[in-house]
Amino acid sequence: MSRHVADTVANAAATPEKEQPFAALGLKPDEYARIREILGRRPTSGELAMYSVMWSEHCSYKSSKIYLRQFGQKVTDKMRERLMVGMGENAGVVDIGEGWAVTFKVESHNHPSYIEPFQGAATGVGGIVRDIISMGARPVAVMDQLRFGAIDHPDTARVVHGVVGGISFYGNCLGLPNIGGETVFDAVYQGNPLVNALAVGVLRHEDLHLANASGVGNKVVLFGARTGGDGIGGASILASDSFDSTGPTKRPAVQVGDPFAEKVLIECCLELYAGGLVEGIQDLGAAGISCATSELASNGDGGMFVELDNVLLRDPTLTAEEILMSESQERMMAVVKPEKLEAFLAVVAKWDVETSVLGEVTDTGRLIIHHGGEEIVNVDPRTVAIDGPVYERPVAYPAWIDALQANSASALPRATEGDELREQFLALVASPNLADTSYITDQYDYYVGGNTALAFPDDAGMIRVDEESGLGFAIATDANGRYCQLDPYEGARLALAEAFRNVSMTGAVPAAVTDCLNFGSPENPEVMWQFMRSVEGLGDACMELEIPVTGGNVSFYNQTGDQPIHPTPVVGVLGIIDDVERRVPSAWQDEGNNIYLLGVTRTELDGSAWAGTIHGHLGGRPPQLSLNDEKALAHLVQGAALEGLLMSAHDLSEGGLAQALAESVARFGIGARVWLNDIIERDGMDLTSALFSESTARAIVTVPREDDVKFVGLCEARGYPVLRIGVTDGRDYEATLHVQDVFTVPVAEIRERSNATLPHYFA
Amino acid sequence: MRVGVITFPGSLDDRDAQRAIRLAGAEPVALWHGEHDLKKVDAIVLPGGFSYGDYLRCGAIASHSPIMAEVVDAANKGMPVLGICNGFQMLVEAHLLPGGLIRNDHGRFVRRDQMIRVENNRTDWTNKFDESEEIVIPLKNGEGGYIADKATLDRLEGDGLVTFRYLGVNPNGSLNDIAGISNERGNVVGLMPHPEHAVERGFGPNTADAMRSGIDGLRIFTSMIAKVLA
Repeated sequence: MSRHVADTVANAAATPEKEQPFAALGLKPDEYARIREILGRRPTSGELAMYSVMWSEHCSYKSSKIYLRQFGQKVTDKMRERLMVGMGENAGVVDIGEGWAVTFKVESHNHPSYIEPFQGAATGVGGIVRDIISMGARPVAVMDQLRFGAIDHPDTARVVHGVVGGISFYGNCLGLPNIGGETVFDAVYQGNPLVNALAVGVLRHEDLHLANASGVGNKVVLFGARTGGDGIGGASILASDSFDSTGPTKRPAVQVGDPFAEKVLIECCLELYAGGLVEGIQDLGAAGISCATSELASNGDGGMFVELDNVLLRDPTLTAEEILMSESQERMMAVVKPEKLEAFLAVVAKWDVETSVLGEVTDTGRLIIHHGGEEIVNVDPRTVAIDGPVYERPVAYPAWIDALQANSASALPRATEGDELREQFLALVASPNLADTSYITDQYDYYVGGNTALAFPDDAGMIRVDEESGLGFAIATDANGRYCQLDPYEGARLALAEAFRNVSMTGAVPAAVTDCLNFGSPENPEVMWQFMRSVEGLGDACMELEIPVTGGNVSFYNQTGDQPIHPTPVVGVLGIIDDVERRVPSAWQDEGNNIYLLGVTRTELDGSAWAGTIHGHLGGRPPQLSLNDEKALAHLVQGAALEGLLMSAHDLSEGGLAQALAESVARFGIGARVWLNDIIERDGMDLTSALFSESTARAIVTVPREDDVKFVGLCEARGYPVLRIGVTDGRDYEATLHVQDVFTVPVAEIRERSNATLPHYFA
Repeated sequence: MRVGVITFPGSLDDRDAQRAIRLAGAEPVALWHGEHDLKKVDAIVLPGGFSYGDYLRCGAIASHSPIMAEVVDAANKGMPVLGICNGFQMLVEAHLLPGGLIRNDHGRFVRRDQMIRVENNRTDWTNKFDESEEIVIPLKNGEGGYIADKATLDRLEGDGLVTFRYLGVNPNGSLNDIAGISNERGNVVGLMPHPEHAVERGFGPNTADAMRSGIDGLRIFTSMIAKVLA
């Protein structure tokens, strides 16, 4: 077999007219022309490979960059207080006090998860966890935000089984508790499911690591799994006609994960950090070695020399271009001082991790890569990693949105009789997006680590960081694609508000935000308008709530044919709690407590679960949002939690009061007597609205009778609307949810309906 | 009183086991699979996880780790040894306990708060329990189905070597609802549920009393301490 000969720099200079497959690699003609201009010659095939992956939408954020800047601009001094590392690094870092910091980020792995659901979802977890490790942190929790097609579509089970199996396999095997997340079914995601993965890590302030290659003469070391032919985006083109046809062809574009290798890599990295053996570190994710070398060099002294022959290969027939582009998992690149190299190699050997020294840091300002003794790459690394193209894509107001917003749910028929309301209540409880998700979450380990204070189905997950003091964090994510379809600006604000509310319900204080912005094609001006409005909404709302965006991810091209998904900006909020002992759970555990509704209910059924499930309707305007009210509610719940007045606190969102009541009784089998007449009288509405309206800034809390006066006094002192709407009553087989003068449902029946839906389709 | 916890590549619950030992009142000692040094411990815990990625068979590669020679030797001399989940799988692979563990009958990983019954309270790891006491211990495994041939099962049942039995739900298809077993001497015990996750209020399994309040697992460790100090 003849060995593939790489295109050298000298060869490129000598053959300027050689045709190159830039279009097949995803580069536009003007982008290719720009590369030639930068280099003053045509790129070598290796350079072309590097530019094509690093200038891709996924790596360069070329369509979103001009909008994402607002997250860095819309900040106040208060928002900077806790921010140790902001956007642009592998993940943001937040000071949570007592010398501890938390790093967290959410990222998409949508397209691989449709093609190969199991590996796609598994490597999604793996990738985000490596981002966390490369900040110097120990990963301590994961969660996933999932969107699938219609639950009864024949292809949905394939995707659900693969995705859930992949997350379970990889996350459990890493020993990371899975503490929350979202599962939504909607036909708009049929040909394009969303698999977002979030990871959180903790570190001491002094352990912070950044991805840069500084110190001329320092060694560049690649360690972890060997480099293989998996995950090569456009490599099939590189490896076919234009080049040597005897090389490997048509490699799978989806990476294959090995969680065992990643677990060992985590422990190995933490031991390297503890020994002070690493100057800079970067994980290998999208664009593999191309990304790691160019980013490390750009962020450091500006130059690097790499001997590509030193890369340990799983498949010796890989070409230089494939090695540069491979997205093989479980690899890290470190910058190590020469005098520490021996100690570094000893730690890596202890963990049986394979390592090779690829080259060293230089001050030439050039990233130079040799292969087979020849120079195949000679570029300014900043032109690859940082100064990629930036587009101001055309934006157009969607013509259809006025008609959609005019089609309000207020025209839909509303039930007034108890029997019909009972049926609608149970239909919502059993609907795919409100039903119990144990079928999925029972496959996730939330015990490992021994620090999980709260996990699904509580409003937020919570992890203890310091065993002595009880310091911890809470985290929740949200996104309502239906609201965003109606109004992407308000929808993004509502996603942030709900995650903020969920975190606040636990007694934690929100401190920082991460986001994963899932949209259709940026080349569609209407999608670009949705994206622009969502980013504006999120940026404005963060400013109002005074919590900064610390990092995240954009995923475009989520569509089937010309049909984009609903805009789905997943927003994660992280909060701090001084002592997890004081956490407030969301469900009821005891009889005889008073149930209070906080906040005002309006007739807001547009975009609601009721409109969708009962009437198959989507139209109108999403619920009003006052972030001042959200802040007031958060402060009230945090204050009451601090005084130990709350037995539970549960936010009201999809499905309204009815769904919150159902979840509260079903969790531990505690019944309740509830009356709606005071709500109806005070807020002026009908039964359907009282039960199913999705007005914001609301929660139900339970308070022991002896603390009633104190609690109501607290609400009144803060001027927050409060109504006693019931009492918890009856447990186990005697438990019922009795809504006075409307309907009575045994808790056993609620559980049965809620628990049956997912197993019916997937078990 | 020193209790060793062996870390293998892919061990996950090793730090949790160390915490449980500390909360029970002993000093946890970290041991490394690649060494031959038990560091003068009085008892040993093989923790849960996915040692070597569960390649070949769960626990199979780890059972050949250098330190396992010393573990087998110490176990045969009567040192208390506990294998939790992946640790149970290693004990079986190392022939310190009979039978085998296979993929759950439903094919999925399962995590649940599991009710089990203490069938034998005379082992080194169960002497603080009442006979037939019912306890709640978190369970989480993909390959926890206990199997053995009929002769072995008859012997385990006849000699009272079934230490723990699943109650209510058999979560993985284990024969005779077996959740854990011991050797005849009662110093070596293996079980699939994770007692180290039921040692601290606020972080344990749900009980009828309150969510996350279960600490039944703590007595597995205090039993061992009582035995060593006796």
